Amino acid sequence: MLTLIFLTFVLAFAILLLKDFVQTKFVALISLLPFSIFVYFLIYLTKIKDGVTSLVYTSDWVPSLGISLDFKFDGLSVLFGLLISGIGTLVYLYAISYLRGHPLLHRFLCYLTLFMGAMLGVVTSDNLITLFVFWELTSISSFFLIGFNNEEEESRKSAMWAFSITGFGGFFLLSFAIIVGSITGTYSISELLSQSDLLKESPYYILLISFLFIAAFTKSAQFPFHFWLPGAMKAPTPVSAYLHSATMVKAGVFLIARFTPILGGEVYWNNTLLLVGGATMVFGAFHSVFRKDMKGILAYSTISALGVLMFLLGIGTKTAMYAVAVFIVAHALYKATFFLVTGIVDHALHSRDISTIRGLRHQFPILSIVVMVAALSCAGIPFTFGFIGKELIYETGLLLTNQVYAYVLTGALLFTNVFLTASGFLIGIKPFFGSFDKLKRIYHRPDLYLLVPTIVLSLLTIVFGVFPLFIYNELILSTFSALYGAVVELPLKIWHGINTSLLLSGCSIVLGTVVYVIFSKWNNSLAVMDRFNQLSPKVIISFFVEKFRQFAYRYTFMFHSSYLRSYLAVIIVFFIGLVGYKLFSDVPLRVNTTGLSAFRVYELVVFLIAVIAVIFAINTSSRLSAIAATGVVGYCICLIFVFYGAPDLGMTQFAIDTLTTVLFVLVLFKLPPFLRFSDRKLQIRDAIISISFGTLIAIITLQALVSPADKDISRFYADNAYVLAKGKNVVNVILVDFRGFDTLIETIVLSIAAMGVFSMLKYKDDEELEK
Amino acid sequence: MMKSSRNRKRKLDATILRTATNYLLPLLLMFSLFVLLRGHYLSGGGFVGGLIASIAFVLHSFAYNTKRTLRLFSIPPLMLIPIGLVISFVSSFLPVLLGESFLTGVWFADSVAVIGSVGTALFFDIGVYLVVIGVVLTILFTISETVQ
Repeated sequence: MLTLIFLTFVLAFAILLLKDFVQTKFVALISLLPFSIFVYFLIYLTKIKDGVTSLVYTSDWVPSLGISLDFKFDGLSVLFGLLISGIGTLVYLYAISYLRGHPLLHRFLCYLTLFMGAMLGVVTSDNLITLFVFWELTSISSFFLIGFNNEEEESRKSAMWAFSITGFGGFFLLSFAIIVGSITGTYSISELLSQSDLLKESPYYILLISFLFIAAFTKSAQFPFHFWLPGAMKAPTPVSAYLHSATMVKAGVFLIARFTPILGGEVYWNNTLLLVGGATMVFGAFHSVFRKDMKGILAYSTISALGVLMFLLGIGTKTAMYAVAVFIVAHALYKATFFLVTGIVDHALHSRDISTIRGLRHQFPILSIVVMVAALSCAGIPFTFGFIGKELIYETGLLLTNQVYAYVLTGALLFTNVFLTASGFLIGIKPFFGSFDKLKRIYHRPDLYLLVPTIVLSLLTIVFGVFPLFIYNELILSTFSALYGAVVELPLKIWHGINTSLLLSGCSIVLGTVVYVIFSKWNNSLAVMDRFNQLSPKVIISFFVEKFRQFAYRYTFMFHSSYLRSYLAVIIVFFIGLVGYKLFSDVPLRVNTTGLSAFRVYELVVFLIAVIAVIFAINTSSRLSAIAATGVVGYCICLIFVFYGAPDLGMTQFAIDTLTTVLFVLVLFKLPPFLRFSDRKLQIRDAIISISFGTLIAIITLQALVSPADKDISRFYADNAYVLAKGKNVVNVILVDFRGFDTLIETIVLSIAAMGVFSMLKYKDDEELEK
Repeated sequence: MMKSSRNRKRKLDATILRTATNYLLPLLLMFSLFVLLRGHYLSGGGFVGGLIASIAFVLHSFAYNTKRTLRLFSIPPLMLIPIGLVISFVSSFLPVLLGESFLTGVWFADSVAVIGSVGTALFFDIGVYLVVIGVVLTILFTISETVQ
């Protein structure tokens, strides 16, 4: 798996180099990558079938921190892996035709491939930290995908929102991982399975699950974080179909599902999921029917479906887990179809407004059948896979032992399904029936690349609906056992006989049709929703974001006065305050002068020279002499280094001092003539600052001399420099060998500084030249 | 040095400095290499070596001017930075290929005359040396060009 993900990432960047190739018709070959991953997962499916058996592959990454590249294959990860790679294959084919001729197609495919790799990493990782890394990678790559039309401001804004919200959740995932690691001493998810009690009894349990919930709810667009998802619909349609229906938004559901066997089953866990999931599913379903933009409808119905999944995980019974496994597949199949069809309609008519589009059935007969199947599956008509999902969902609600619970929860599910059915009809039936408006122009007719993926998805919906055993044995059962932690047979049936859940299914279809009829006639529905905009979470969060921005601006402005002298003053005063406080409050001051050696004559001379140079530098009225005087002070310090046996330091200081003086001289001519900037008051203030700083450093130095230092490290270096690194100069051995990593990073820092100076000055230079 | 920059402003002759520089530049460069190579046994190393080499070029630019110093380079000093970084990185990565962990010192069995034993640490230091020259010269020359 590691190799596979690694290869995916390499290929993603390789695509960037194939700018011309992606414009040829051979580009369809790229879809072989997700397809082969799909086959790979199919092979694993047979290996893990029935039972809780899971295969774990381990390889070390940072063993000292317990971070490893472990990958785990169980029902859950294989189910998601199949969705990601399977729908991925179709989306690749679709996208190639959808964006044909787009000059940045190679970039698009790069982002898409990166995303796929990251997503596969998320669902197969068996290490919390690795999971977090992939989790963030999905956020980052989706940022680029949502903002793909980067010349539109709306698109950039949506990308920012999506990234901020999901990235915000990512921090909580990391915190969660760290707390789990500190309680149990492991980051391995498989090992955590046996430490479930330890975590549940820990005093941090509430904090832990809150962090996990925030991470999952932001990613899966749960109320009140849902609003990034409708915004993210600015992305090209293949992206919406891939990220926002089948894969990324389900990562939150995946996360909760993954941790259900470890942390689930407690009151807080279940109730939070029920509350948030329930609110989201009702809210999303209700909102979806008010929209007129096809993608808007889909966005809200997706939010609702995600809410349903969270809700089911919150119920947490055996049937609920079955319902989760089935509904994930059913939803992915019909929702991806909806999105892809929406893309085709948008491509063909350059419009997605369902209040004006009519009668497409006459223009696109195949497409109308395909989307009809999806709409029926969404409504839960028998012989579609959605029907089985819906039956299980109702059964979950009805089987609850607590009567009050059963009524309330089933009621909420019924309400959600009624509106979901209606929104499915709004997408799948309304634009296709009626008479076609002759005035509308058809810009593009869908080609095979666009049609085939939708046909495949619809076919699967029917095949699974008629022969559920087809996927039951391997996929659903093993996903269930990964979720539930035990194998319990619960065969999927097409026909349960006439019972309450069938009745409820019928009810939701009838009521859904009624709602559909009302809303398909009501052209002004969106305006009603707009009235409540003031209270929406997006407006409220935007308010806080704006306030935060203003605060940051003021705060920055306060410190960024653009005067070097005030920067220095702030830094030094802060340092004096912090270190001085620590020194005087925590450390007993002991200055022992007995151990110090007496002044030697030449040391005294050097010291006096330095003092004179300092006094000269302060009082001179010429910049050049001030600089020269500070140079003299620098050289004096070099000499002191040399006297006390630090030739390396002395040499380096000597060279640095020379270069600094040169640098000063260079910019000298650029500076305004020497003026007295400061009055008496400022001079006194500066004198106080610098004298206290100097005194503080002197005290620290003296203090350091008497403190019993741990000599182990220096002794190790001295003893081993020659033995291990074949060098006699310990300083240099430390630099290039023992602490080589630091040096490597320092050289990078230096390089960045140089490039900063270069680009800043050169850029300004060229700008001035142009004028 | 400071005197000369002032003099240049007044278009005074800098013959002595120029003549001296012609000899000092190669001498200082050789000295910087010497400091670089001896680093492993005695005081010195890539960082100081790089600084000394930079001073040599800075001296040259003071005696003549920045443009003329830049002509001594066949590539802009900025390019020394990536080259140095690559050398450092490759030398730290080499042990990984040999099955050791990142940045482990790997040495040739036989030592070379004058230089002593040759190992990854030496190349690492050479990388540092080049980066330092690149950084210092880029910063100084960019500033001096902007100022003029």
